Amino acid sequence: MPQHPFAITLDVGSSLANQTGSWRNERPIYVDRLPPCNNACPAGENIQGWLFHAETGDYETAWRVLTQDNPLPACMGRVCYHPCESKCNRADVDSAVGINSVERFLGDQAIKNGWKFEAPKKESGKRVLVVGAGPSGLSAAYHLRRLGHKVVLQDAGPKPGGMMRFGIPKYRLPREVLDAEVQRILDMGVELKLNAKVDNIQETMKAGKFDAAFLAVGAHIGKRAYIPAGEAAKIVDAVSVLRSMEGEEKPLLGRKVVVYGGGNTALDVARTAKRLGASESIIVYRRTRAKMPAHDFEVEEALEEGVTMRWLSTIKRMDEGNITIEKMELDKTGFPQPTGVFETLEADSVVLALGQDVDLSLLNGVPGLTIKDGVVEVGPNMMTGASGIFAGGDMVPSERTVTVAVGHGKKAARHIDAWLNGKTYVPSEKHDVATFDKLNAWYYTDAPGTVRPVLDTVRRQSTFDEVVSGLDETNALYEARRCLSCGNCFECDNCYGVCPDNAVIKLGPGNRFKFNYDYCKGCGVCAEECPCGAIAMVPEEI
Amino acid sequence: MNDAVKEMEPTQKLKFYQKGTFTVGNRLVSEADRTVQASIERSNAITCGHRACQGCGEALGARYVVDAAMRATNNNLIVVNATGCLEVFTTPYPETSWQVAWVHSLFGNAAAVATGVAAAMRVKSRSEVRVLAQGGDGGTTDIGFGCLSGMFERNDDVLYVCYDNEGYMNTGVQRSSATPPAARTATTDAVGDEPGNVFGTGKNVPKIAMAHGIPYVATASVADLHDLERKVTKAMSIHGARYIHVQVPCPLGWGSASHDTIRLARLAVESGVFPVFEAEYGVITGRRKIRNRVPVVEYLKLQKRYAHLFKNGDAPRLERLQKMADRNIAEFDLLSHEGNV
Ligand SMILES: Cc1ncc(C[n+]2csc(CCOP(=O)(O)OP(=O)(O)O)c2C)c(N)n1
Ligand code: SF4
Ligand SMILES: [Mg+2]
Repeated sequence: MPQHPFAITLDVGSSLANQTGSWRNERPIYVDRLPPCNNACPAGENIQGWLFHAETGDYETAWRVLTQDNPLPACMGRVCYHPCESKCNRADVDSAVGINSVERFLGDQAIKNGWKFEAPKKESGKRVLVVGAGPSGLSAAYHLRRLGHKVVLQDAGPKPGGMMRFGIPKYRLPREVLDAEVQRILDMGVELKLNAKVDNIQETMKAGKFDAAFLAVGAHIGKRAYIPAGEAAKIVDAVSVLRSMEGEEKPLLGRKVVVYGGGNTALDVARTAKRLGASESIIVYRRTRAKMPAHDFEVEEALEEGVTMRWLSTIKRMDEGNITIEKMELDKTGFPQPTGVFETLEADSVVLALGQDVDLSLLNGVPGLTIKDGVVEVGPNMMTGASGIFAGGDMVPSERTVTVAVGHGKKAARHIDAWLNGKTYVPSEKHDVATFDKLNAWYYTDAPGTVRPVLDTVRRQSTFDEVVSGLDETNALYEARRCLSCGNCFECDNCYGVCPDNAVIKLGPGNRFKFNYDYCKGCGVCAEECPCGAIAMVPEEI
Repeated sequence: MNDAVKEMEPTQKLKFYQKGTFTVGNRLVSEADRTVQASIERSNAITCGHRACQGCGEALGARYVVDAAMRATNNNLIVVNATGCLEVFTTPYPETSWQVAWVHSLFGNAAAVATGVAAAMRVKSRSEVRVLAQGGDGGTTDIGFGCLSGMFERNDDVLYVCYDNEGYMNTGVQRSSATPPAARTATTDAVGDEPGNVFGTGKNVPKIAMAHGIPYVATASVADLHDLERKVTKAMSIHGARYIHVQVPCPLGWGSASHDTIRLARLAVESGVFPVFEAEYGVITGRRKIRNRVPVVEYLKLQKRYAHLFKNGDAPRLERLQKMADRNIAEFDLLSHEGNV
């Protein structure tokens, strides 16, 4: 027994003996919620995940995380309509993070620095045929190759890229960028066969001893509409015009060009016609601007470039040098109805941009398929009714965008891989979405979005230079750092700092934190003050 | 970090970091720009196992202050503590949570004891050892006020920190001279013509401290850790009498949810209820500007001690409370964004 001073009977002890964790009726737990951008990305990119690396300036790691899902960031950073940005929580603080522009910056960095994909660690010995070297086929080829399969990528055209080359104009996607990203996929050991249309899929598979096939032939046949026309009338379709832009002979459309339709393709052609020297490029569309399927920013850019629009009009007939249009008006249901009011417009040519059909001839004779509305039905695993034949992109029912196509390629690759191994691919369960109300916005400073420099209009009307330019290092870093890191810990130390009971253990850079439940009283301050909603309070079982 | 980023750093203000500018730490800034609380090496002056209520603002505020003071003095610190929650929940005999040289005195004499400790250090030529006295609002603004004023008037070399939870919380939530008007306490019941604490009573000790002309006076909030730590560090760089008044929400006494502690402190600052400023030799030298102004009711409605104002829709009293906040905003110039932040 140690001697105690007068009136003291007990040894001094630390309060650590007092485990206040027993007071708790709720416990905090760390969670990873699904950021709304990731949730909205048709290609399933881990956007918050790659921005996390980009914001430290580690662009290569950022690019590697990005390309785990999408092998085409430089293309996608130019042509994707970024549904991620429409869902970005930052819009509730000031404006959405420029995800698309940072993606493009990373893609361009990769090209500049020659970053490569790694070849697969081991070969599976399986052979997969991918038909169509567009975004969906390229994505599938990349993912299948990463999984160790031997991939042959076969395309009917003279060059790879599909609609990214033969549909999207150069001023939106420079061809060097596309070429570089395609080459990097081929460098992994993907075999590319060009000018090699597949006429009969079953025969081609048999001849090449393929274990499975992924079809992504796209929709390359321009829809026609019957327009009464005189002998000399020049009526062409948008797809052929855009395709011929890639050849030696540029299309001859004349000085006055009328484009019929209201989608993005109509705008692409009208803007291309301007650049080819047309003095007038007019879009005729039967409904209103608000109803145009084209994206509003593209309509805006086209108007800036001098393209004119005739909304609520249909083309009745074409004669030499002019067309007759009829004014329409919307009925109560919002459907356009003829008014009997006609007008004549000068026109050297009419380009039909009324949608595209799929050439499904390669599927002739394949049993078990379901074809509806000109596209092939696929199951949730992207497999058609024929065993081992999968399909994606524009030839299956879906929204026809490059990003959706890339997403299909990835999804199909995972299912094909499982199918080849006699298994079923089960995607991991989605976390709850980190909606704005889960964040503590106090901790974010106001920082407005970076506006991408836009080529001045004069140059745009005459050249095919890229319209929207990219970010430089300074503003890319700035833009990346605008990310709120929704639902995922970014190691701000708030929980560690605000706990009145020191019940949070800091594990050091990259390792996040853990709770010390011996002392956590369950007050919930940490969860409340976590900026990004990465802590949840759950009832304690008592 | 790559070279380009390194190059940019000198021109970047902290403002550049869109997330984490106000957080405890931030992986994107240098260690020196993070708070003491962000560091694994912080001294944790009050360690785990203390018996403060869930979400106690005082436990948090005291750890913030003492950890920062320890960092500033290289751990050469003696703390003198008045009676009150802070003493009772940390040190039920024979246990203690303190990881610092710590003396408990009486309810009313912490300032005087601290003066004595400072004198003893001087006599022993231990000039490196600094003294911090601390207590609740009762111990500071009421019973300890005479000793405190003496310490100020003699310009003794002590930093005195008051943790203001706006009542005698340890003995069951009685009114103090820091209890705000209309607040219900055990001794100011929400009954009669003037429910809750009476308007026009109480005292403003930071302003009284300034009137002593001492080298440094500041107010601080547990909702702005960067500001609080900066003030403690600054105070420790000065000799003579110094005073810091920290508002610390009390879930039990205020009738608020335990998870709302920091939120309430933030709302008090952002509504103008609790002005955050600093002064040297009696002259105001800095104020923390309001970022997103909120009406006072946002702050009041989260606290049951004000529930009577809402139950009967007491517009005149709500109005008076809003006016008080408006007056603070005008007096301390808390809104305009020129000058210091
Ligand atoms: C001389 C004296 N009178 C009364 C008490 C009883 N007492 C202990 S703590 C306390 C109230 C403390 O209030 P405050 O200083 O505001 O600290 P808090 O507990 O609110 O943090 C009282 C009245 C005492 N200890 N000594
Ligand atoms: S702040 Fe601390 S005591 Fe409160 S719930 Fe979080 S870990 Fe537990
Ligand atoms: Mg008190």
